[in-house]
Amino acid sequence: MPWLSRSYLALVYLLLYVPIVVLVVFSFNDSRTGYNWGGFSLRWYESLFNNHAMVQAMWNSLWLALTAATVSTCIGALTALALHRYRFRGKKALNGMLFVVMMSPEIVLAISLLGLFLLLGLKLGYVSLLLAHVTFCLPFVVITVMARLTGFDERLPEAARDLGASDFTMTRTVLIPVIMPALMAGWLLGFTLSMDDVVVSTFVSGPSYEILPLRIYSMVRVGLKPEVNALGTLLLVFSLAMLMLSQWILSRSKQ
Amino acid sequence: MMQSIKQQPFRAAVLVLVWGWLLFLVLAPNMLVVGASVMTRDPATFISLPLNLDAYRQLFNPLYLDVFLASLYMAAMTTLICLLIGYPFAWALSRVEKRRQMLLIFLLIVPFWTNSLVRTYALKLILATNGLLNSALSSLGLIDQPVQLLYTEGAVIVGLVYLLLPFMILPLYSVFEDLRQDVLLASHDLGAGRFATFKNVVVPLTLPGVLAGVMLVLLPAMGLFFVPDILGGSRNLLVGNVIKNQFLDARNWPFGAAASIVLTLCMALLMFAHRLSKRRLGEEGV
Repeated sequence: MPWLSRSYLALVYLLLYVPIVVLVVFSFNDSRTGYNWGGFSLRWYESLFNNHAMVQAMWNSLWLALTAATVSTCIGALTALALHRYRFRGKKALNGMLFVVMMSPEIVLAISLLGLFLLLGLKLGYVSLLLAHVTFCLPFVVITVMARLTGFDERLPEAARDLGASDFTMTRTVLIPVIMPALMAGWLLGFTLSMDDVVVSTFVSGPSYEILPLRIYSMVRVGLKPEVNALGTLLLVFSLAMLMLSQWILSRSKQ
Repeated sequence: MMQSIKQQPFRAAVLVLVWGWLLFLVLAPNMLVVGASVMTRDPATFISLPLNLDAYRQLFNPLYLDVFLASLYMAAMTTLICLLIGYPFAWALSRVEKRRQMLLIFLLIVPFWTNSLVRTYALKLILATNGLLNSALSSLGLIDQPVQLLYTEGAVIVGLVYLLLPFMILPLYSVFEDLRQDVLLASHDLGAGRFATFKNVVVPLTLPGVLAGVMLVLLPAMGLFFVPDILGGSRNLLVGNVIKNQFLDARNWPFGAAASIVLTLCMALLMFAHRLSKRRLGEEGV
């Protein structure tokens, strides 16, 4: 039995990773057609970085992800602290709403936000993207921080209060250091979600602020573009680094 | 109320911020969608009065009903395949030694952190008519000429399974982690065979995980419009494509809104089933 289950696990992992390996290998392929191996080359990376619109979209995406992750981490952390510490009316409703945001299909969130922005007359661009991205990242930050807060010694904040610290001082000097690893992990998760999002961004972005996923989307809809292999490989390396960083932060904090 | 604001300004500020954000960017927009679904289509302002239920009636138009049923079929197939692959996978994973388990889970979430468009595109490299799979099959002598794999419903289902499989495996893994070995042994001691134990013990205990996985796969599988765009040849294969077209191209907002409300109702139904299954387990005290 162990033999069988082991080979089954291996098979599924193989299927999960074959496309990624193919992508990476083909990003160094000199052949134009993209199906046959034509020797090693870095030409697709070169043409990628010579494409100004692409580089601009990359910077736009990075800035958007950076700001969206930061804002959602701040709001998400405060929300988690409030849910953990305070009793207030509507606590269940707040929890429920975050759960609904996390579960609801992205496309539903996307059209509802598009409707709101048009109603308000907000020009679609960076601001609309930021508001939308913070909204879908928020619940993930909240659960990451909540997970850290459960099982945390309740006597610490009480001691701080007894020693005369105000709520704000106690949060700053006791709670924030405790949840720091979760904040970093939540930030990285938000960053990745933002960099990856296609569905919501398709609806709430405008021509004034083109971001990477939408640029890739318009490239891959028709035919094969070897530049995408190169770009995909770069994104893969980048997110792998982020993931390892977040795992390292979380595992170090457990010790 | 004033009293508590004075006493705890920090608490009040946090609550106002969070509630403000959620009311403004979640509740209000969703109310807008509900409102838009009962209004009339208008080329200039997108929606206008009078109120009516035309959009919902339009959903039952055979043309769109077909798309809905097709989308449901694709999503159901995706979910079923994910479940068939994921269930034994999660079980096997939960029985690997703990040290290795962490690495294996890490390997499972790496793809999740990788751009999903790029991964969908990678499948295109493999499935294309002169792509890798066809060349592999023909060099093995299994086929004489290339098989049309790309731009089929099958390709779209493969793409959806590939993107969504981790979302099925992770909740299943967590219920298998909680499945205690002694419960299985007890069932065995009481004379149940392998199949009886599976049917009467394992399945009921892992049902909440199954439903959570179904919830996380079925709904996105109806909405991920870029997968049919890339692998299915830009046909309206999913409800997501219909909603996107109605909003961004056809400018028929009431209809798009009604379609998205149907999706939301599906979600509510699944969430309800999930809660019910958890509560039942709780009451039985297992």
